[in-house]
Amino acid sequence: MVDIAFGPELGRRPDLADNRKDYLEMVRRKRMYGGLLLVLFIALMSSGWMLADDRNAGGFWGGLHQVFDFPSEVLTEAWDKRPNLPALFSKHLPALIETLNIAAVATLIGAVAAMSLSLLATRGLARWPRLIPVFRRMMDALRAIPEIVIALVLIYILGGGPVPAVIAIALHTGGALGKLFSEVAENADLKPVEGLASVGANWSQRMWLGVIPQVAPNWLSYALLRFEINVRASAILGFVGEGGIGHDLKLAMQWGQGRYDQVVAIFLLLFLAIVVIDRVSDHYRHKLVKGH
Amino acid sequence: MTTSLSPSLAESVNRRFDRKRRMAFAVPAAIIAYLVYAAISFDIAGLVNRARFDNASILLSDFWSHKTHVTRDNRNGKLTVAIEGESKGTYPEGMLPDWVSVSDGVTTIDLGDGHIVTYDQAGARYVVPGYGTIDVRPDGDRPVITAPEPIPDWIAVAENRVGVTTTAGRFTYTRSKVETFKYHAGWELWFFTLDSPFHGKGFGELAALALSGDRIDPDRSNLGYMASEFWTNRMWRHGDVAWAIFETILMAFLGTMTAAIVALPLSFLAARNFMPLGIFRGAARRVFDFIRGVDGLIWTIILSRAFGPGPMTGAIAIAITDTGSFGKTFSEALENIDEKQVEGVRSTGANALQRARFGVIPQVMPILLAQVLYYLESNTRSATVIGAIVGGGIGLLLTQAIITQKDWEEVAYYMVLIVLMVMLMDSLSGWLRRKLIKGK
Repeated sequence: MVDIAFGPELGRRPDLADNRKDYLEMVRRKRMYGGLLLVLFIALMSSGWMLADDRNAGGFWGGLHQVFDFPSEVLTEAWDKRPNLPALFSKHLPALIETLNIAAVATLIGAVAAMSLSLLATRGLARWPRLIPVFRRMMDALRAIPEIVIALVLIYILGGGPVPAVIAIALHTGGALGKLFSEVAENADLKPVEGLASVGANWSQRMWLGVIPQVAPNWLSYALLRFEINVRASAILGFVGEGGIGHDLKLAMQWGQGRYDQVVAIFLLLFLAIVVIDRVSDHYRHKLVKGH
Repeated sequence: MTTSLSPSLAESVNRRFDRKRRMAFAVPAAIIAYLVYAAISFDIAGLVNRARFDNASILLSDFWSHKTHVTRDNRNGKLTVAIEGESKGTYPEGMLPDWVSVSDGVTTIDLGDGHIVTYDQAGARYVVPGYGTIDVRPDGDRPVITAPEPIPDWIAVAENRVGVTTTAGRFTYTRSKVETFKYHAGWELWFFTLDSPFHGKGFGELAALALSGDRIDPDRSNLGYMASEFWTNRMWRHGDVAWAIFETILMAFLGTMTAAIVALPLSFLAARNFMPLGIFRGAARRVFDFIRGVDGLIWTIILSRAFGPGPMTGAIAIAITDTGSFGKTFSEALENIDEKQVEGVRSTGANALQRARFGVIPQVMPILLAQVLYYLESNTRSATVIGAIVGGGIGLLLTQAIITQKDWEEVAYYMVLIVLMVMLMDSLSGWLRRKLIKGK
């Protein structure tokens, strides 16, 4: 304060009497930058959409009125054949269960991998502090590879079926959850760890008894969220690759007219499963994070 | 007092401990039981039989090496040398790699380490050091093999086919053709294809050409010629790949930003403190739930029916899916704001729009921006998958390369590019997050 008020040079002293002008000047500058950014953003967006429209097979305005053609065609046919729906539900239920199993097993395996990876990559907790960057980069790489890449390559080696999808999703989950887990573990209280160290506990005992109980609610909540995401991923992988309800959907879609009742049945199953899982996991996540 | 309480306290504590102890065993046991069930239902045992580990070795060797096919048509005696056996990698007439030589109708292929294959009028010979000479002559329709007995198991003799696999290469003789594969490390023709004037030149030579050499094509500089030859490389299609990457990022950017712009006003409708009317609030929330529940896969399918394949379809699919997610998270952020700032703005006589602009937006902006940037990064990955479904971007190139099941070096190349792209977007969004939210 003293430096400012009694600064050496007269000209560099802030003119306290006239601060209103400076303030308005600052506001104007800020608004100008904001406006420039906004113009730049709008230009980027509009040119981007124009370019994307240009490179698309069908144009936006030409396709717009067709958006509802396909759903309405599907729905009318399904409505005509609505007595078939219950039978179709039970026919495709096993595929839905397979999709859910893929997601669940992948989440379990991925979460276990993420637990150890995250503890090894957290400052203050790591077993080998020098190797923290190695484990971090490892998680980055696991996160960066899209599931579809691993799944398609594995289908070539392992043949079809759910296992390639499980491995692909589990690898990705390991990386994604590892990062979130390690952010939670960074904030863990180190006192229990020190206490355990003082009674001679080894690293895994310190982690299991000192850290895991603290972070378990948050970790579980993240794992549940990941399970939601993985259900969707496993449906998409089925559509592109093999196995599960996504594959059934692709087959029915490829058949086209005449099997639209199947399309609707599969779609309803998938929709209901996703909504129910979202609801249940939302409920439990709130309970876990915000207390009972 | 204490005496009357303590037995029941001890009892309840003991009961709790018992329950904890039971849970400590029950939870892992349940997980293991579930995994066993999953292993059975996934048919792990059958998988071991179905797995093709020879495919794995092909894939791994293709990832880092390439092979050159030296093929002679046994009907007309025509010799073709082609990299990966593809027409775009075929050596033009009169040009041969230095390990293949032709004189008087006799082709000699030097596979290295003393492995020599010779094609001549009567048939073909393969000299394997430490073993001897394998001689194959056609007898009518079928090849007859003469080789030191006993014939080892790396020589496969069938009714009308002889195959030899060694560490130096592979040799196959059938009635119609005789073929030799030689393996080289690295990705083939990555910079220039065989028909380019720059093929087979070292870095020094190329640099000299680019900077000072005489113009190969009088119409343009050597550097420009080189760049266009590289960009239009028919084997690797660098230009198309760069476009595909750009398209993928474009899809993610347009989709995420559009979703954020659409979701922001809608999320006010779904927030309890801004929309007191339960009907509207419930309706907005159900819309978000519906959009998220339908899932990106279905939106993608419906939209690609209407708009055809391409990046715009993918961008719209991402935009619709994320509108649901953003709507939910934005409205949660809006419900958690501090009302004092809004009241302060209200006290100056601001209307609803001004209150939102000056009282609410500054509070929620950091949360919203963090969300948007996080989605931008994760949508780069989704755009790859969506591209594979709608037919656009790097996802399409990747699935095409995988479906042919032979261009594994291209698959490896695309995988590397995708990982780099995602990591780039990851660090970009992290940098922006730090810059915009935590302030400079």
